[in-house]
Parts: sequence; structure tokens; C-alpha cells
Amino acid sequence: MRAGTTRVRLVAMTVLAALSLATAACAEDSTGGAAGGPGEAGGMKSGLKIAFLPKQVNNPYFTTSDNGGKAAVEEFKGSYSETGPSEASPSAQVSYINTLSQQNTDVIVVSANDKDAICGALNEARQAGAKVVTFDSDTNPTCRDLFINQATAEGIAANQVKLISDAVGPEGGEIAILSATANATNQNAWIELMKTELAKPEYAKLKLVDTVYGDDQDQKSFTETQALLAKHPNLKGIISPTTVGVAAAARYLSGSTYKGKVQLTGLGTPNQMRAYVKDGTVKAFALWNPADLGYLAAYAGGALASGLITGKEGDKFTAGKLGEYTVGKDGTVLLGDPYTFDASNVDKFDF
Amino acid sequence: MSERAAAARRVLGSWDVIMLIALVVVSAVGALTIDGVASPRFWRFVVLEALPIALIALPMTLVVITGEIDLSVASVLGLTCTVMGHLWASGVTSLPVLIAVSLLLGALLGAVNGLFVTGFGLPSLAVTIGTLALYRGLAYVVLGDRAVADYPTAWTTSAIAPIPGTTIPWMILVLAALAVVFAVVLHATPVGRGLYAMGNNAEAARFAGIDVRLTKFWLFVATGAMSALAGVFWTLRFASARADNGSGLELAVVAAVLLGGVSIFGGRGALLGVLAAVALLGVLRNALQLAYVPANTLTVITGALLIASVVGPNVAGMLRERLRRRRSTAPTVSPIS
Repeated sequence: MRAGTTRVRLVAMTVLAALSLATAACAEDSTGGAAGGPGEAGGMKSGLKIAFLPKQVNNPYFTTSDNGGKAAVEEFKGSYSETGPSEASPSAQVSYINTLSQQNTDVIVVSANDKDAICGALNEARQAGAKVVTFDSDTNPTCRDLFINQATAEGIAANQVKLISDAVGPEGGEIAILSATANATNQNAWIELMKTELAKPEYAKLKLVDTVYGDDQDQKSFTETQALLAKHPNLKGIISPTTVGVAAAARYLSGSTYKGKVQLTGLGTPNQMRAYVKDGTVKAFALWNPADLGYLAAYAGGALASGLITGKEGDKFTAGKLGEYTVGKDGTVLLGDPYTFDASNVDKFDF
Repeated sequence: MSERAAAARRVLGSWDVIMLIALVVVSAVGALTIDGVASPRFWRFVVLEALPIALIALPMTLVVITGEIDLSVASVLGLTCTVMGHLWASGVTSLPVLIAVSLLLGALLGAVNGLFVTGFGLPSLAVTIGTLALYRGLAYVVLGDRAVADYPTAWTTSAIAPIPGTTIPWMILVLAALAVVFAVVLHATPVGRGLYAMGNNAEAARFAGIDVRLTKFWLFVATGAMSALAGVFWTLRFASARADNGSGLELAVVAAVLLGGVSIFGGRGALLGVLAAVALLGVLRNALQLAYVPANTLTVITGALLIASVVGPNVAGMLRERLRRRRSTAPTVSPIS
């Protein structure tokens, strides 16, 4: 009886393991594809294996950007895949980079959870033949071939400060920042530049009193907003340069007595913010088009892997419908200026 | 009676064998069906990923066998990383000194856990949930949102350097040596037998002359030190000391220890099974990732395995218990088996 239970358990485990591996193997067959020779117009190779590795999966922002990438990869007849950790941690991302490298991926398009921690893995993947394009959040320039910059940090900082200043009005007052995680590369760069921007004479009446972190979690961002308003009764405005944060803050404000009294701007998506623009909680917010960002990143990766460009300053490549782009300093490609959404145009967008 | 004891021992001992067989089967099936699992690079990545978990799982096995638990290990790792990074950034350039300070710090943090559990008689679950938050908080105090990442390349490359002629990181030898030490202590010394005894019945163990408090105290110290060692490795492997290093790793460690056949109620388990479980989880994860299984599915599979590992032995235990009770109350009824 006892030996029997053991045997049954053993068999069950083996079957379970074999089953999960077998189903997995089937999934692999349908996505595989060998890199072919040059074919398409512009000298882009067809059949390139291009993988998107966002900070985390199940995040609407990255779903949008990765779908943009997918559209681009389909245009130049490559093989697209998206993979990534369910939580935004650098060590989990390293594991996925290693996996992509073993899968002989031609291009890894990654948004870095830590600019240093994933470096070793990325370089190991490059030695094995992969091209690395970062987007949204960069690594050290030594660990990737190109960085697709959604907007310059200066451009974003200037835009966000201008928007909150316009919303708060000429009297100015206290403002605060609701950020994502305390160590997000891009968030911290923007916050520093916002401080520089706020030091300018035209913003002398705006006073930054606090920076809080919502960790890009809806619930935490919501309660941090609540705490922020309790802590600073004279607060006039909040900047939340993260899509999760700004939506949570808007949801809190719109249901509170602060609606219309405390101004809010940030980086948000039209679909998340539409209701709050219409009910008057938010006058204007900004973002780039994440789908365009992913689209450009995919084309840049394709051009690298096809040998059309090497990633050095001055290299030019064509990114489908977006037109021609030039590689700038430190191997970066700039998507464009941040785009401001308000009541007049928010309905024209769907992402 | 002796026959039953022998049978029981066979069943208990065989969980390690089940884990080993599962490891071999998963590896073999993976190698045959998934591109890349058979390659040496795969094993390099698996070892790199599993090393910190295995290092912490060694002392955790002993802790859980005594009926306690330490959930603060990942926070000890994180705090060690930040202190090490801070010291390096403020001019301590000797690696041996950094390692020594880190290990001492880890031991100290473990001693705090040990003191609360044994000195004040508080449940380790509550104490270490507290220090989980406390130590992680301190890590943010030390480095805030900064990351220290400018370590010499010689350090970071040697931390993950392979054993010459292979792709397997040399750190696995350190792990192996430590595993031997822990295995000898647990399975071949009076101290080790004492650990099982206090896991089964702390009161009885004390009457048998075992210093339960002192032993448990040192186990927490050892757990702290080993978590710190994992922290040093983590810092150098990722070339990055940040306050959130290794957050959530305690669950991976506890999962491996339980899947490895250690009873969460104490008194039962072996190191071999735990190490096999660490490897099994690592191989399964990486193999499924290679097979394009999405992250969400992976989490579900790992969770299901864990539930199975906790439920399996307990259901077996309950059946055994029921059988035994039936025998003792009605000795004339012949056993079913």
C-alpha cells in the first residue's frame, strides 16, 4: 500500500512534467522560423527572429508597444515573439535574456528593469550573435546596440512642468510628483530634470514639496495620492509621469472633493484618461505613442540584424510608415517630441 | 513494529529519490523535446539562477526541520547587497574585507531573528515577517533609490567564471562544499539528530538534554550568514547593489525546501531532496521558458508543484496515521496493505 502510493505519486509527477513539457514543445513548433536571405525592399532580411522583452508582461503600456513591434515585424516578414517576467524585476529579466539567447533570437528588444543588472546577460547574448535594442528604459550604452528614446528626458520634463503650470494657473502653489518605483531609470532622470526646469524664473511660483512612489501599482498609487493630499493641504497640483500612477491619481481625484481644485497632469494613455479629461479632473496630459515606439524599435532591430546599419552615430534607416530616422549620439534614436492630449483631441486616439 | 518503522523510513527516505528521479526525467524529457536544453549553456544559466536559492536553502532546511521558519532571508540578502555596495562606493576596495563584513552583518541580522525567537519565545513566522519588512526597509535607508554598479570587472567576471574546461560556474564548488558540511551536521552528528528531535517534540528534546534554544539561535545565525553570502554573489553576479535585490526570493527558497520533502511542521526532511528540488525547479523553469511558455503559466505550474509537494506527503502521513490508529485500537483487524 505504502510503496504503492509512492509509485503512484512518482508516476503522476512524471506524467505531469512530461505533459507540460510536451505541450510546451508543441507551442514551440508553431512559432519557430529560420532566418532567410535578403528579400524585402530596403535590404531588410526576411525571417528574422525578433523578440520583445518588456519590463513585465500583463502591462497595457507594453502590450501596446509590443503590438506596434509586432506590426512592424510582420511588415518586414520576420518572426515576432513577446516574452517576459510577470513581475518587473531585473533578475527575472536576466533569466529571459538567457533564454532568448539560447533560442538564437536575432534581435532582443528590451525595456530594462535595471540599467546595470541585465548588462552581463545582454552582452553574453550579443556574443552569441543577437542584436540588442533597448526601448522605454535604457541600459548602459555598452550593453546594447541601439536605444530607442521615446522622447528626450529634457523634452518630457519641460512638457510636464509646462502642463502643470498651465493647469495650476498664474498664482502657482505647491506641487508634488507621484512616480513609479524608486529606482526606475527613466523616472528618476525626468524628476531631476523637472527640478532643473522648476528652477527657471517663469516657474518661480511653483514649489515642489514631495515625491512619492506608487510602484506602478494601481492600488498603491491610489493610496499614495490619498496620503499626499492629506499630508499637504495646500497642494495645487500633481505630476505623475507614469501611466499607472496618473490613472490611479485621476480616479482618486475625480471621486473626491479635490476634483478641479487640485490639478493633475502626467504621462497617460488616452484610453485610461479619456473619462477624466471629460469630467474635468485633468485638463491635459502627455505621452508618446507607445505603438510607434515599439514599431520603430522593431525596424531598428531589423536594420541592425540585416547589416543595414551598425548603430553608430549618423547611420540612417527607414522605419516603414514612420519614415527615415538617424542614429544620434551614444547610439540613440529619438522617436519625437512628447504629444499633448486634451479634450480637443483625446477622442482621436485609441490605445 | 520494527517492520513498520523500516517501511516508514523507506517511504520517508524515498521522497529524495522521487525528487532525483523527477529531476532526471524532466531534464531528459526537456533535452529530447526542447531545443537548447541539451546545450552546456543551458546548464550554466540554470546553475547561475539556482545558486543563491540553493545557498539559502541549506540552512533553511535545518531551520524548517526544527519546526521554525525564516522568511527574512531575501531581505537579509538585500540589506547585505546595499551595505556592501555602500562600503565599496565609500572607498572600501578590498574584496575579502567586503565579504567578511557582509557575512558578519548577515550573522548579526540572523542573530536578531534568533534572539527574538529563542530569547523571547516568539513564533519565528511572526518575527521573521517583521524582520522581512524591517531589513528591506533598512536596505532602502542605506542606498535609497540609488544603485551601486561600478565594481571592478575582474570581480564581476570571476564571480560567474566557469570551472576551466566547462560552462558550469565555479561557485557550484563552494555550494557543494557547504552542502557537504550541512549534510554531515544534519545527518551524521548528534546535533543533527537533535534538530529532528526538537522538530518532532521540542519539549521532549529538552528533557533529553538538547539545548533547544541555543541550537535554534545558531541556526538563525547560520541562515543570516548564508543569506549574506548569497547577497555577495548576487551583487557581483548582477554587478548591481540595489535595495530591492532578491525581493521575493524567500518564497523560492521555502518552495524548494518544501518541495524537497521537508515537513513544514518540522521533524522530517533531508538535504538531498531539497537540493534536488532546487535543481528541479530551476530546470523546469528554464526549460519551459525555452519552450515559449508564458510567465503566467510558469507561475501556475510552480504553484501547483508546491501545493502537490505539501499536500502529497501530508495526505500520505494522514493515511499512515489512520492506519496506525486502526491497528492500535483494533489489533485483531488485519491491516489493509
